[in-house]
Amino acid sequence: MRYLPLTDSDRREMLQAIGARSVDELFRDVPASARLGAKVGGLPDHQGELEVERAFQAYAAKNVSPAAAPFFIGAGAYRHHVPSTVDYMIQRGEFLTSYTPYQPEITQGTLQYLFEFQTQVTLLTGMDVANASMYDGSTGTTEAVLMANRVTRRHKALISGGLHPQYRSIIETTGKWEGFESVVGKPDAEGLEDLIARVDKETSCVVVQNPSFFGHVRDFSRLAEACHAAGALLIVVVTEVVSLGLLKPPGEMGADIVVCEGQSIGNGLGFGGPYVGLFATRDKYVRQMPGRLVGETVDADGRRGFVLTLSTREQHIRREKATSNICTNAGLCALAFTVHLTLLGEAGFRRLAELNHAKASELADRIGALPGVKVLNDSFFNEFTVALPKPAAPVVEALAAKRILGGLPVSRLLPGDKSVENLLLVAVTETATEAGMAPLLAGLKEVL
Amino acid sequence: MSASQDRSQGRAGGIVSGGAAAPATFTGNRGLQIEEPLIFEMGQPGRCGVDLPEPPKVKDRLNGLRRTGEIGLPGLSEPQVVQHYTRLSQKNYAIDMGVYPLGSCTMKHNPRINEKVARLPGIGDLHPLQPVSTVQGALELIDALAHWLKTLTGMPAVAMSPAAGAHGEMCGMMAIAAALDAKGERGKRRVVLAPESAHGTNPATAAALGFTVKPIPANERGRVDLAALKAALGPDVAAIMLTNPNTCGLFESEIVDIAKAVHDAGAYFYCDGANFNAIVGRVRPGDLGIDCMHINLHKTFSTPHGGGGPGAGPVVLSAALAPYAPYPWIVKQGDKWTIAEDGAAVGGRPLGRLKAFHGQMGMFTRALAYILSHGADGLKQAAEDAVLSANYVMASLKDIMTPAFEGPCMHECLFDDGFLKDTGVSTLDFAKAMIDEGYHPMTMYFPLVVHGAMLIEPTESQAKEDVDQFIGALRSLAERARSGTAADDFKAAPRFSPRRRLDETLAARKPVLRWRPGSNFKQAAE
Repeated sequence: MRYLPLTDSDRREMLQAIGARSVDELFRDVPASARLGAKVGGLPDHQGELEVERAFQAYAAKNVSPAAAPFFIGAGAYRHHVPSTVDYMIQRGEFLTSYTPYQPEITQGTLQYLFEFQTQVTLLTGMDVANASMYDGSTGTTEAVLMANRVTRRHKALISGGLHPQYRSIIETTGKWEGFESVVGKPDAEGLEDLIARVDKETSCVVVQNPSFFGHVRDFSRLAEACHAAGALLIVVVTEVVSLGLLKPPGEMGADIVVCEGQSIGNGLGFGGPYVGLFATRDKYVRQMPGRLVGETVDADGRRGFVLTLSTREQHIRREKATSNICTNAGLCALAFTVHLTLLGEAGFRRLAELNHAKASELADRIGALPGVKVLNDSFFNEFTVALPKPAAPVVEALAAKRILGGLPVSRLLPGDKSVENLLLVAVTETATEAGMAPLLAGLKEVL
Repeated sequence: MSASQDRSQGRAGGIVSGGAAAPATFTGNRGLQIEEPLIFEMGQPGRCGVDLPEPPKVKDRLNGLRRTGEIGLPGLSEPQVVQHYTRLSQKNYAIDMGVYPLGSCTMKHNPRINEKVARLPGIGDLHPLQPVSTVQGALELIDALAHWLKTLTGMPAVAMSPAAGAHGEMCGMMAIAAALDAKGERGKRRVVLAPESAHGTNPATAAALGFTVKPIPANERGRVDLAALKAALGPDVAAIMLTNPNTCGLFESEIVDIAKAVHDAGAYFYCDGANFNAIVGRVRPGDLGIDCMHINLHKTFSTPHGGGGPGAGPVVLSAALAPYAPYPWIVKQGDKWTIAEDGAAVGGRPLGRLKAFHGQMGMFTRALAYILSHGADGLKQAAEDAVLSANYVMASLKDIMTPAFEGPCMHECLFDDGFLKDTGVSTLDFAKAMIDEGYHPMTMYFPLVVHGAMLIEPTESQAKEDVDQFIGALRSLAERARSGTAADDFKAAPRFSPRRRLDETLAARKPVLRWRPGSNFKQAAE
């Protein structure tokens, strides 16, 4: 029991100091009917590191890692290269094993990097203010809708058909149980004009994604004007944050709240989590924001320092009147994000985005040249939709049998929708190589 | 490039005023206490910490939406980045440095094997939407953890997707709302009962779901007042949200009666599992009559706290609530694992989806590694040691500090500020003085049921000699405070930390939430 420092003689001395005969006495408030005599049955006893490691190697061996296969899946989680420095830094014990910076005098490290993170998020999104991160982009999007409901005192969210289906699903679930309505607009391709036409005096917010789930890149300035004319807020969601190195930021299109999934920067795929949500808004809405905020101040000696601030919005102060029940952020994932982005800097972040776009463009041209295959996007960043001559799900399975992870069949996230049955979503990042693209193209040719 | 030319920002700039006066240094540093600028005050345009190839020229497909102008990110080399964050790290207290007695937070040891296995390529480098045939091991791993959680709690089902404890609360309370809905009772059951000692998340969660929160008073023993609870129960009550062991560090001794009363009234029993670490292997919450409970993996199962996240909050559910679990569900069909990702696939009456993908896999991996390392025997021993240690701290200090309640505590011990009466020293001052002794303070002013609360949780991870030193430090502080002559000293604490007391009022009154080019907050503050 390598994690437990107390020895039997320690335990005896401690019991003596307490005046108890046994540890059982300390549990005397537990009703007799619920006291377990022995340990819980049917579970193994403790093991050494070697055995534990072997157990996990056995789990790992039953998976196909993207590291070992041509890989082109995105749909809200993107495989980028993360510099070694990032993973080293987040494993420093001072960051890894610290907690919420409740005592600012001895957590300035955490507080300063979160302040830097907040600043980076405002710069990327083109917004005034950002919080210290959310669980992830998907839950952050729902929090944005709830915030818009608070700001506008309305209860109808208008959702673009181009929003990630699982993000939409969370909004719908939350609306059902927290009492607001959500309406989905037309499918992505013709959705923008439809949204502009449908915003009215009952709409609390319109939720759009850029690039959209299907990869399209759009200007939402006119939609923002329509929202503001009707007294609604525009929420722009970005699931691929690297796109902000190349694209006009949502803040310049009139967005009121911007939510991003920040996983692409600093955080690996991790089978879907933990990720990091970026959440930014305009100054005037700051007191309606969910989550933690770090602010600058001075200490008793007049030196600059940082603290958690405006916490009267939060559950531990306001309880049932809080802006959200959230009591944590994604601190360590935010650190990974901010370290990676600092390494990239202005020049590196822009180049990374260019590289993604260039590689995606190359593959789009080559896939589009396959017989019977059509790329549906006029515009995209690093992900695009391909219409195949047959259903996409079995095609992806057939590719997987060849150890090629060749994109996402859209039907997996929109089951039962016949119109998407043949659609394949393909993502290409800077990690793509000719050694991966060639087998994908050959495999597609063969399977089709 | 927006890096400021004013390199003195935030620096002391000469002789420092106040009690920590020391000889001025050229750099503004004090030995190894380095004054670290913001990244935006460092670097040079054109510097970069990452080498990337020149992108090939392609026809732009950005729909005319190319970004114009600077983003405003600074340019730093790799060594500068390493030094910057290393220096920042050295301003943090952490579990790896010593006793971190934050009550209710469970700052136990974070083993590094957990980090290692979470980073195995076949686990850490997997896409959540890969074909299910290519992630069989990942699904098996999630199910293995689910099995442990169900077995340790004595509950038949578990929802794995919630991202944190508070998110788990939302999940459990939605399941309760869904179950009431199915019975046609959601409209009339609009009240949720929560003890005064509850975490703030409980009332916040209930209120978000449209319930009215009614507080239940505590009795003089720090437990729920059963008579008051029974009086509050009625046909309008949906659920009680109860933390057990509670936030006073006490086991709710009448919990079986509470559960019965709640169920007799047609309501559900939500248990906040924040303190499950005290009873793992000794008590199964399922045997107490609860309907659902979230488990904070970062507390009970030692996934790293990470400066405030990420966490994970799986929710165990009774048979009555299991059909309402949100998807995805991990299901075994024959010898193959599948993921039921939507309502049609799940069957039952799921409440919907709460998070993209399948949950906090990285946390599942770490928690399972911790569980396998400890085993059933070690988990039980850990709970016992945590309870023993907390009782030892309380017994060793009860003659000089004032325990809030009589009798044994569980994993944390609660003091009020009675022992500081008329000394001029507040709970806050006392906590700040602990920093100078080299400790992170305890949780202060929570729970709200006692005056000037100090909630101390030593955890099972501390050796007895370290706990003894910690007790010695608290004893010495209590003696100094009670001497009646040290109030000014306490008010000036901490003196030896990277920063002294920070002006939180100023931060809230004039919020500066980001760096801006040319900003100099210090001057503005003056």
